Amino acid sequence: MSAYPEHLDVGAVRADFPALARTVRNDKPLVYLDSGATSQKPVQVLDAERSCYELHNGAAHRGTHLLGEEATDVYEGARAKVAAFLGADAGEVVFTKNATEAINLVAYALSGAGRLQVRPGDEILITEMEHHANLVPWQQLCERTGATLRWLTVTPEGRLDLDHLDGMITGRTRIVAVTHQSNVTGTIPPVAEIARAAHEKGALVLADAAQSVPHQPVDVTALGVDFLAFSAHKMLGPYGIGVLFGRAELLEAMPPFLTGGSMIEVVRMEGSTFLPPPQRFEPGVPAVAQAAGLAAAIDYLNALGMGNVAAHEESLTAHALDGLREINGVRILGPDTTKDRGGAVSFEVEGVHPHDVGQVLDELGIAVRTGHHCAWPLHRALGVQASTRASFYVYNTHDEVDALADGIRYAQRFFGAG
Amino acid sequence: MQLESMYQDIILDHYRNPHHKGLRDPFDAEVHHVNPVCGDEVTLRVTLKDVGGEAVVEDVSYDSLGCSISQASASVMSDLVIGKPVGEAMTISQAFLELMQSKGEGRQVEPDEDVLEDAVAFAGVSKYPARIKCALLGWMAWKDATARAMEGTQ
Repeated sequence: MSAYPEHLDVGAVRADFPALARTVRNDKPLVYLDSGATSQKPVQVLDAERSCYELHNGAAHRGTHLLGEEATDVYEGARAKVAAFLGADAGEVVFTKNATEAINLVAYALSGAGRLQVRPGDEILITEMEHHANLVPWQQLCERTGATLRWLTVTPEGRLDLDHLDGMITGRTRIVAVTHQSNVTGTIPPVAEIARAAHEKGALVLADAAQSVPHQPVDVTALGVDFLAFSAHKMLGPYGIGVLFGRAELLEAMPPFLTGGSMIEVVRMEGSTFLPPPQRFEPGVPAVAQAAGLAAAIDYLNALGMGNVAAHEESLTAHALDGLREINGVRILGPDTTKDRGGAVSFEVEGVHPHDVGQVLDELGIAVRTGHHCAWPLHRALGVQASTRASFYVYNTHDEVDALADGIRYAQRFFGAG
Repeated sequence: MQLESMYQDIILDHYRNPHHKGLRDPFDAEVHHVNPVCGDEVTLRVTLKDVGGEAVVEDVSYDSLGCSISQASASVMSDLVIGKPVGEAMTISQAFLELMQSKGEGRQVEPDEDVLEDAVAFAGVSKYPARIKCALLGWMAWKDATARAMEGTQ
């Protein structure tokens, strides 16, 4: 019996994922520990997409034919499902390409005309822990508007330094953009607490939830955020679709980001008016099949129970932290307990570059991420140039965690380190 | 296992004991190149000298952070180009680029060991698209620095 509790029937889960049945280099079974980059997809999601193309393939929100109506039902049904998953209203769910586009949408809307417009002298507060997707758009917003970018730093343990939070959020702060779970260290910052502090000063709050919505129960009301962004492909869903949650009165006040068909009310040569949200932010023919896939992914996760998903990953993370701690020459980046920490475990192997660690693991059939994981400033803050990351999901097993530890030891032997 | 075919002893030797590493003065041009995917970086300096009207690579010095492949490749590169006329060194650089683009198979001819010397050991790297940039980092930096140094001397 494993010392770590079981919360999911992982054998049954794995049977739903065709990719997990394949072999990789040297005919090794695939040990997929890169779900932080993108998750594998279950047959239920693939079937939902296929069925959408086979049976309901029409352009949603236009035309009068039956297929178009069915496509609209699929698309709007997916929106309602996402809304229920987040504790939001359907009108507060905007479909985007991914989390990156969702964050850019907000950053652009805040530099456009309207009551939310950011002006010179205003401040934007982010953190050193952010993925580039929740960092570069804010730098660009500041360049466009003359606002000042400020950021919270991280502690050597990889937590946000909140000692100076009150001083960092000022009357000039217009929005605080913070990750809800670090894609590198797994750190889960106290977003609800940050949101309360921000709202006291009249600032808006955006949570980058790309690494939290797939892995833990998330309720936008409990979290108290104004905006929340995530991608379907990291939560068992398809590529090419993501979500922006925005509070209704804010979306209503925001100018459009991408413009064109589907989002207009009246177009004249002299100018145009736009639809209310969420359609205002969804130009072009909707990604109906992708929305269907996302809805199926949510059904899949709901059937498992998000609480069980989080508990399963916590168990794997505890195992990984225990296993890696025992290896001489391995340094775990970020918190070394599972408290307020998700299932991304990044580490350094003394004397072996992450690329080389990743190459050796790949040769053993173990897929991990290497490099700076699109969080270069965080790596600088933690004093490392790059790292190796294992990230877990519903289909990972404790045996795979052991395989990772064995693989790291093998890499150390191969390069004469450790 | 194919690890040994990629990490040949020559590569591991250069990685553990890189040749010509460390920044030296004087120099004619300095560049800083990064691999944006992984953050590996190299600062590289080139010194040229005029030998009978022909530009010759007098020295290449560099400081770098990166994986075994990028470190070893910079070391092998510096061995190969130092002391060579710029034209000849560029030819070697081109041969190395072609080797890296060969995908490890479907190659028309075997790599020319007379031209590439130790650099033929990197043939196995070309099978791994994610690592080709690692192997090319030092070479691209050298090419860039040399082009700048040539502009400066004209």
